[in-house]
Amino acid sequence: MIALAWKSIRNRWPTALLAVLAIAMSVALILTVEKIRRDARNSFTQTISGTDLIIGARSGAVQLLLYSVFRIGNATNNISWESVDDIKKRAAIDWIIPISLGDSHASFRVLGTNLDYFSHYRYADKRSLELANGELFDDVFDAVIGSEVAAKLNYKVDDQIVVAHGTGKANLVVHDKQPFRVSGILKATGTPVDRAVHVSLEGIEAMHVDWQNGAAVKGEATRADTIRQMDLQPKAVTALLVGLKSRAMVFREQRAINTYRAEPLLAILPGVALSELWGLVSVAEIALFIVSICVVVAGLVNLISVLLAGLNERRREMAVLRSAGARPSHIFALLCIESTVLTLAGIVVGVVMHYVLIALGSLFMQEKFGLSIALAPPDGTDVKILFTIAVAGLIAGCVPALQAYRKSLSDGLSQRL
Amino acid sequence: MADAAAKIVDLDHVQYTWPGEANAVLNIPGFSINRGERVFLRGPSGSGKTTLLSLIAAVLSPQTGRIVVDDVDLGTLRGGQKDQFRVDRIGLVFQQFNLLPFLSVRDNILLPCRFSKNRRNEACRNGASLVEESDRLLQAMNLAPSDVNNKPVTSLSVGQQQRVAVARALIGRPPLIIADEPTSALDSDTQQAFIELLFNEVKAARSTLLFVSHDASLASTFDRRVDLPDINIITGSGTVPAVSK
Repeated sequence: MIALAWKSIRNRWPTALLAVLAIAMSVALILTVEKIRRDARNSFTQTISGTDLIIGARSGAVQLLLYSVFRIGNATNNISWESVDDIKKRAAIDWIIPISLGDSHASFRVLGTNLDYFSHYRYADKRSLELANGELFDDVFDAVIGSEVAAKLNYKVDDQIVVAHGTGKANLVVHDKQPFRVSGILKATGTPVDRAVHVSLEGIEAMHVDWQNGAAVKGEATRADTIRQMDLQPKAVTALLVGLKSRAMVFREQRAINTYRAEPLLAILPGVALSELWGLVSVAEIALFIVSICVVVAGLVNLISVLLAGLNERRREMAVLRSAGARPSHIFALLCIESTVLTLAGIVVGVVMHYVLIALGSLFMQEKFGLSIALAPPDGTDVKILFTIAVAGLIAGCVPALQAYRKSLSDGLSQRL
Repeated sequence: MADAAAKIVDLDHVQYTWPGEANAVLNIPGFSINRGERVFLRGPSGSGKTTLLSLIAAVLSPQTGRIVVDDVDLGTLRGGQKDQFRVDRIGLVFQQFNLLPFLSVRDNILLPCRFSKNRRNEACRNGASLVEESDRLLQAMNLAPSDVNNKPVTSLSVGQQQRVAVARALIGRPPLIIADEPTSALDSDTQQAFIELLFNEVKAARSTLLFVSHDASLASTFDRRVDLPDINIITGSGTVPAVSK
């Protein structure tokens, strides 16, 4: 029976191929959507840990989280250094990482910070950053680069790099008079840290010495040694990552900073902001998921229609089969096997397509959004989805099979055309 | 008893009405075929020829009456038994489209052997393999096995397809061969040749042949010619079934 079904499919391969493709595409789509959703969440959740509060200029919690940690979007305002000093003095505060954003290097963000960043920043399961090569920055013109920056631009320790003002891709004004030296390269983390060029806060100030009101001052550039002698105390930073001595104090500190008089500031709990972000995103996720389910349904409807359309021209075949001793149940089984084979083929092809998509798409996602999408065997949810599709395909196949069964009973041996 | 055993098909007061229709299409007080006989059943289109064949082949069941085929009362068979009975005892040839396009010529011929152990055993009775028997039948039908076995079924001419269909009906030597207008798609030259080949092999298999056609000109070589309107008294004329030589 299976051999018969297989030969029958092979004979109708163009339509069979289309049915398989329709199912394969829907399978690939639903798996990929699921995968990206899961990995995006993972990627976000893995990026920051161990930070109790993020402080920035007053804006939205999600916005602050996005620009300070994920480097998506830009800050609307800065925190003045006076406020930073004030916050530092608070008794509950254990450590503070200042972050200064706004410049870029070959489309990678430049992050101004201090050495506390390397000792206190944690990602994933409370892991700290480690150097793969070289050492942390020591001089004003030193830079520590993330693993991806090094890999993409092929940088080694002691290479000279030039930083541009602004974070876009075109028409950037280059701070080419004060080149930086790569002092160290970090190990890969799978977070936005990999795509950052870290310099000291003083370094950020140094590259803007010859700039006033956002434009380069004409004339001879200041020499690096001269700059090193200058007072490079930053006047403002973009955000602060804060660790508290005790987590119990987090809400009190948050309230204190949110009601800080001298400057409008905002303090957020990363976890709370993240779940707020999921709340926003979940609408889109659900919509995407519904669309993928619709595509799967369309694939199955297509399968039914392909089989049903073929059924009329196959009534003769059914009569021949019955004259040769096939029972109606054989005919039912024949069509069921055909639809099952098509569905399973569709699922297999779909899974392959999914992996190809992921393999190609992960590069793009990494580059564009910094989401690390890893190739992984299908997990429990995927298996459940595939199983559901297989069962749905089987049920869908019963529709034409039942039709053929009925026809083979009522047609008998007459070969109606 | 001897009489009953000599008959391979015996109809007794059989009536059949298509579902949803008021009048019976068949009402046959009595009709029988002897073993080894070659019967030509003639009737105009729509006179119920195919319906009668479906009844004999146990595809349809009459509302009243009794049909005995090869000593089996069809009324005693249930669902699957009928299908098994059909493939075990009857070889069928249709007007056209006899072959499954997705199977090779050989697989088409061997199709009944897939579903019937009887046919399988009978085909191999002379110690031949199924493949050898299939090739032997092809040869008997004037088809070169080496030639047609490799061709897709759809590339054969209609005449060749019909001969392959006969080979399939004959494989495993079923006691009854039913041919429903097998020549109507052929031209008159090949019709007679086709019937000769059919006769030879039916005889070799010691089967009985029930041959249905609307074309009376083919009837001359048969043992007996039956006009369906003569045995089927649906018009209420009350004529006694006429059996003509």
